[in-house]
Amino acid sequence: MLTLTSPQKTIFHKISASQKLLALCVLSTALFQVGSLFILSGLIFTVMALYLAQGWSFARFGARMLWPLWPFVAIIALYHGVTNDIETGGEIILRMLIAVALANLVTMTTTLNDMIDVLMRLLRPLNWFGVSTKPVAITIALFIRFIPTLIDRSITMLAALRARSAGKSGWRIIVPLTLSVLNDAEHVANALRARGGVGTKDKG
Amino acid sequence: MERSTVLIAVLAALVAALGLVPKFTLAFGVPITAQSLGIMMCGTVLGAKRGGAAALLFIVLTLAGLPLLAGGRGGLGLLSGPSVGFIIGFPLAAFVTGWVMERVQTNVLTSSFIASFMGGVVALYIPGVIGMALILDKSLMAAFGLVSAFVIGDLVKVVICGFVTQAIYRAQPEKVLSRS
Repeated sequence: MLTLTSPQKTIFHKISASQKLLALCVLSTALFQVGSLFILSGLIFTVMALYLAQGWSFARFGARMLWPLWPFVAIIALYHGVTNDIETGGEIILRMLIAVALANLVTMTTTLNDMIDVLMRLLRPLNWFGVSTKPVAITIALFIRFIPTLIDRSITMLAALRARSAGKSGWRIIVPLTLSVLNDAEHVANALRARGGVGTKDKG
Repeated sequence: MERSTVLIAVLAALVAALGLVPKFTLAFGVPITAQSLGIMMCGTVLGAKRGGAAALLFIVLTLAGLPLLAGGRGGLGLLSGPSVGFIIGFPLAAFVTGWVMERVQTNVLTSSFIASFMGGVVALYIPGVIGMALILDKSLMAAFGLVSAFVIGDLVKVVICGFVTQAIYRAQPEKVLSRS
């Protein structure tokens, strides 16, 4: 399935997921203490260089992931342009772009599996208190498996609706889609139970 | 246990699929998708705990790198962006919706309206506005002004959520777990 991980291997792919996440936490926290436009400008060029060093297509992909922020950049630029406080506005915009770009860098260079591994490791202490994390793992797997199924089904239902109705609204599929999903859940739950359940009863 | 596990997983997947249902666009290009409707439905259909867990699962996997948020957004960058409060607010919204749904025992339609408003609007916008005010360094009122355009869309979704939940309850009442 499509994820946001870049298919292109970079030097960041080699660093372990937990180290990258830790570094990201530290850097993001530190970033909010920086109040100088000069330092922030230096940092944004550093981040741009980090992306560009991984190649042109990687940098373009990174730029595309920042694109949804443009309305906020526009609003802040407009607001601080009007109030004539361009320095503060620049700081806010740069800080936001750097923080998001750094986080995206981690997402783009870490596979989903590695991320889930880190998550499961963070949940592991629950086992010490007798709470099994196995259902969590099964829920994650089921969720990922169901996404393409449900997307296919909603596309089929939308096509059926469009073929038969003059209206273009897709909202009408929500009730049948939800009912079909709830029925599926019943079947899958029975199947799981028949095959030994989600593993809460045996030892962890 | 198996039933809860599977229901949480499929409702989370439903939220993902609803991110694709197109959208009517409000003024200045604010797209309204069915995704937050899915979050409300997690609460009205599954109740507080399971609904909250479904929304949490959806958000955690989106942050882990699945581009499931409407518009194909995903990844850790969401936590650094201005929408951070809404991202964190999703599980809270589903939980509050379910919590209210379990406690307001009028007919399903009215309960769903009240529950999805309290969860999907009030409980979602409080962290949403706070997050936006922090990231953009603006006052809470200014941040609310920025998102106020979305409130109209979410109020429409509250109404749709009420009718959808009622329709599900009429078809298969035992499936609306917040009521059983």
